[in-house]
Amino acid sequence: MGKTMTRAALLALLAAGVGMSEPAFPAGETPVPPQLKWSWQGPFGTYDRAQLQRGFQVYREVCQACHGIQRVAFRNLAEPGGPEFTRGQVQALAAEYKIKDGPNDSGEMFERPARPADRFPWNFPNEQAAAAANGGKAPPDLSLMAKARTFERGFPWFVWDALRQYSENGADYLTALLVGYKDAPQGVTVPAGGFYNEYYPGHIIAMPPPLSDGQVTYAKGADGQPAVPETVAQYARDVTAFLAWTAEPHLEARKRLGFVVILFLIGLTALMYFTKKKVWADVGGEIEDRPGVKTV
Amino acid sequence: MADAVVSTAEPTRRDFLYLATTAAVGVGAAATVWPLVGAMAPDADTVAAGAPVELDLTPIAEGQIVKVFWRGKLIFVRHRTEAEIKAAQDVNLDALRDPQPDSARVKEGHADWLVVYGNCTHLGCVPLGNSGEYNGWFCPCHGSVFDTSGRIRQGPAPINLPIPPYTFVSDTKIRIGESGATA
Amino acid sequence: MNDHHHATTYVPKSAFAKWFESRLPIAGLIHSSFVAFPVPRNLNYFWTFGGVLFVMLVLQIVTGVILAMHYTPEATKAFDSVEHIMRNVNYGWLLRYLHANGASMFFVAVYIHIFRNLYYGSYKAPREVLYILGVIIYLLMMATAFLGYTLPWGQMSFWGATVITNILAAIPVVGDAIQSLLWGGYSVGNPTLNRFFSLHYLLPFMIVGVVILHVWALHVPGNNNPAGIDIQSGRDAVPFHPYMTVKDGFSLVVFLIFFAWWVFYMPNYLGHADNYIPANPAVTPAHIVPEWYFLPFYAILRAIPDKLGGVIAMFGSIVVLALVPWLDTSKVRSAVYRPIYKQFFWIWVVVCVILGWLGAKPAEGGYVIAARIATAYYFAHFLVIMPLIGFFEKPKPLPRSIVDSVLGPGASRIPVGAAAAPQAKG
Repeated sequence: MGKTMTRAALLALLAAGVGMSEPAFPAGETPVPPQLKWSWQGPFGTYDRAQLQRGFQVYREVCQACHGIQRVAFRNLAEPGGPEFTRGQVQALAAEYKIKDGPNDSGEMFERPARPADRFPWNFPNEQAAAAANGGKAPPDLSLMAKARTFERGFPWFVWDALRQYSENGADYLTALLVGYKDAPQGVTVPAGGFYNEYYPGHIIAMPPPLSDGQVTYAKGADGQPAVPETVAQYARDVTAFLAWTAEPHLEARKRLGFVVILFLIGLTALMYFTKKKVWADVGGEIEDRPGVKTV
Repeated sequence: MADAVVSTAEPTRRDFLYLATTAAVGVGAAATVWPLVGAMAPDADTVAAGAPVELDLTPIAEGQIVKVFWRGKLIFVRHRTEAEIKAAQDVNLDALRDPQPDSARVKEGHADWLVVYGNCTHLGCVPLGNSGEYNGWFCPCHGSVFDTSGRIRQGPAPINLPIPPYTFVSDTKIRIGESGATA
Repeated sequence: MNDHHHATTYVPKSAFAKWFESRLPIAGLIHSSFVAFPVPRNLNYFWTFGGVLFVMLVLQIVTGVILAMHYTPEATKAFDSVEHIMRNVNYGWLLRYLHANGASMFFVAVYIHIFRNLYYGSYKAPREVLYILGVIIYLLMMATAFLGYTLPWGQMSFWGATVITNILAAIPVVGDAIQSLLWGGYSVGNPTLNRFFSLHYLLPFMIVGVVILHVWALHVPGNNNPAGIDIQSGRDAVPFHPYMTVKDGFSLVVFLIFFAWWVFYMPNYLGHADNYIPANPAVTPAHIVPEWYFLPFYAILRAIPDKLGGVIAMFGSIVVLALVPWLDTSKVRSAVYRPIYKQFFWIWVVVCVILGWLGAKPAEGGYVIAARIATAYYFAHFLVIMPLIGFFEKPKPLPRSIVDSVLGPGASRIPVGAAAAPQAKG
């Protein structure tokens, strides 16, 4: 009986989770983004430093014109678990940005070069200015984008996803969006200032296609060729990886600690199990499971 | 009785098991406390924000004391007069509670500039400048008296006002938060 | 019942312990409550979730207190301060994920605890007060969880708060007053966030208070058990320590592995992506969905086409739980000996799960019809089925004692003194 209830309760528990990961957007007729392989997937996943550095380059040369990453500090770029630029690189990089500071002793605001402790400044002084410069819609900050977007997987996939630790839906969506610009199908009229995107909910997106092949020149390797192709697909994946890191900068530390914690708990489970056996042996062992005895 | 036999036959194994389980639970509990306490230490933003600050000395007149903050701590920058420097130097070190020559408390060649932390070493109040028997500082909270070198002369404070790390970038500019090894 | 098998009573050993005990007999209280307290020997693992819940409560309070040191309950800064915790505070990401997923795990454990109670009839006399205290704890937990969910001030926080406070406005006469007192303004805004934070900090300590009463009320009649019959002799029971402490401990560690899985590998899976978008009063997310543990109630709310009716149904679905001790007319506690109730119990569980699923679906078309049917069944289970089964059902014969239920009939004829002997040989 105890077993039946356990089994039924487990089933109920699984089923109770139906729809627990609701979409940030209605699924509608929007196709589900393809699931890609990411280096930080799974219990031992880590970011690919070179990919994060390339992704940052794409952000800087393409996205930065409109989108901020205002939750990220320059110093983060040198911290472990991220792109891991050197401190010197970060210092030099920060100095290229201007930060509004002040007021000084005469009460004036002034601009100074950024320091590693500063956050990335946005190209626009405020949301209204950004909206005015971009056809009425402010380009959203990208710091958390990889966690702020997802798509519905539905029953029963969400159960399977929980078991295999699939939590890269945000990244899959971002890449799909960046490569998802298409000519509008017949019968769909795209309003002025809009663009047709296969993966954007409702399909009409205000952001023009941001990437094109060869747009960003990656560093050349020893053979005079970049390590990865300079294509839209590659740019999209690289910048997505970078944004996955800006959204979850402590992912590597989290997974590392998680492994230790779970390993420890499994060991403790074994100790607890045998201790319990020993303690209960005095009153006749595991009462529910006594062989030959009909339990309730 | 059977159980008596069993329990005396393997007392060490049983004791070891209980001990190991108890120890493991203890280790787990201690490990749980670690991040909880760690989270109360200064966070990465606070640590990073402790970057050095620069101060232009030109507007500070002789005899004037300027207050600046570095890492949230108050710092006095005092432009000393000739008389104040002399008073600070002409002191019998044996008579001091925390003996330190004035030359050890200023940068070489910059004896007219004294840079000290601005909180009394007794219990942290802010002493009043240009006051007290030695015309250095006087702490109104508990009566500690500091001289023009920021050294404790009377009252309950145990040590001199400490010197923050700083360096002269030029003759008229200091950078607080960076020790002047290369300056 | 307590009297006949207090195996040991606390005897202070040192002179100081004697001195202290005669002035504040707390060691004796702890000893009789958590050491010598007699527990039915046939409890299964579903009885370990009270202990799990206690640990979860402590964990939520401890992580919450430290998070509050870094959190800013101000509408323009709340979201940033949570991100500050996630990025800059040492182990801040761990504390926040523990706290957020801890709320979910708390509800997992409490639902197991509640279903166990309803299956084995633990609500029946003489445990009605114990049971109602449990329902009160559950209500306080729901309030605390809701208040806590608004604190990050993301889109779901803001719109969840808006929807729930609008629900309260449906209450006749006083609804508008309650709503404006909760808002502290004309809409959900900074004053709302301030008071929600204050109340979110307060309620857990009220839960602690009711938990103390809950445990106190438990220790008067003692535990129910899978057989649903009372302890009759010392042979039916074991002392709480070490038997239950080690069993609870084992269960807890397994539960913590489950917990750690979410915290370290899927920390955002149980949450909503929309809550990583700062609150925006001008844009509503496409789907407003509560956390999974509220979904069945959300489905009931939306099933009723009338605003006030929906609110009444939703609160009624919890109030009806408190009435269960009097709605169940059966003389037998445990569903193990109630062949018909057992079937209906599982149907009801399935209906709860279906309601949860419907709560996550848009309120349109077939979903609404399904939600209405499920809601009707939910109430019928308590108001119609439960009272009727008690009259018509023929329970299976109960074992004569707990020992009988464990070892088979006839075991109770073994002389009492043999209880300590190893049963495997006896």
